[in-house]
Amino acid sequence: MSSVVEVRNLTKSYGSVMAVNQVSFSIEAGIIYGLLGRNGAGKTTIMQILTAQLFANSGDVKVFGEAPFENSRVLSQICFVKDSQKYPKNYRVIDVLHQAAIFFPHWDREFAFALIEDFRLPLSRRMKALSRGMLSTAGIIVGLASRAPLTIFDEPYLGLDAVARGIFYDRLLEDYAEHPRTVILSTHLIDEISRLLEHILVIDQGRLVLDEEAEALRGRAFAVVGPAAKVDIYTAGKELLDREPFGGLVSATVMGNGDASDRQHAEALGLELASVSLQQLIVHLTSGKYERKAVEVR
Amino acid sequence: MEYLIDENRPIFVQIAERIENDIIAGELSEESQVPSTNQFASFYQINPATAAKGVNLLVDQGILYKKRGLGMYVASGARAKLLEKRREQFFERYVVTMLQEAEKLGITTEQLTEMIQRKVKVR
Repeated sequence: MSSVVEVRNLTKSYGSVMAVNQVSFSIEAGIIYGLLGRNGAGKTTIMQILTAQLFANSGDVKVFGEAPFENSRVLSQICFVKDSQKYPKNYRVIDVLHQAAIFFPHWDREFAFALIEDFRLPLSRRMKALSRGMLSTAGIIVGLASRAPLTIFDEPYLGLDAVARGIFYDRLLEDYAEHPRTVILSTHLIDEISRLLEHILVIDQGRLVLDEEAEALRGRAFAVVGPAAKVDIYTAGKELLDREPFGGLVSATVMGNGDASDRQHAEALGLELASVSLQQLIVHLTSGKYERKAVEVR
Repeated sequence: MEYLIDENRPIFVQIAERIENDIIAGELSEESQVPSTNQFASFYQINPATAAKGVNLLVDQGILYKKRGLGMYVASGARAKLLEKRREQFFERYVVTMLQEAEKLGITTEQLTEMIQRKVKVR
């Protein structure tokens, strides 16, 4: 499979703040990626560098095999949908669609108008008169109908209700199935979109902390609950992500797939096993407790 | 919409289990066509690659097979194969677990047998 994006040792600081710190990853063609992390983790900075809206301090970035800056060959293949998108004064929804049709070589006008109907977006409304949710919708429509070989959605659903989010997921999956392309979805709302993703990148405090297939992460960690002494016996020698006391009980989250041997060991100690969601796992990995706890165990 | 997918277990395993259940229940008969990867993806709102992984799991086990250009079909003998596999799992999953719980509660084997017979008679 060919790489669409290659990032090596990418570093970007704002004054004394390291926004992105020695990050390396690659993005393969035709896969839906999740770029996940807390607010301020560095997700948007990375996307702005990929799309040539920001300069890195150091490191190497290649998109479609070339440096993206002032490279129209590369940039015409990218659609970057961001929550803070600015539009020219007096632009209406229809004007945005016309501009997009000129800019994106793979633009599908019919698809765009079908999406306008699906989302019930008023075509002649001025962009500045749109509600927050409608603005997000406009961005989503441009992102989907652009059919750009690399489509990046940065927090695409601010202000969107559940129905509109459902339409977005449906249309994205349908169109992706028919027109495979590379998609990066960046968000801190992991639960809703995790099942759409094939690969997950997690950024925390400017560093890449996870680069894994989504399915490999499900069932990667599990929780055991029981009396503190028993739980500690169980977790000794295991990779501990979290330890939450509750009265005389302790709930501990450990890495492992919770297979038959894990289960038998836990049952022998009278402990209960519970599953851990992808969202919970990522919260544990990015809550800052992980490193400290891991050191304590050793 | 959830469509009863459990987010905490690998989704491709659950897709494979759904197909297995439909074959065992006779809803998917042998030599009939299985929904496409994209149909699974759009119904469960999951990534098509994940759905394909679930389908391929059953192809590897000889439960499904691919007809070139047409799609995935249920293999002959698939139901019998699945029933055998599930019966083996039944012992581990239900009988062993039941005996463990019975031991915890001090229920003797005779009492357990009596319970089963009582329930069977009622039916």
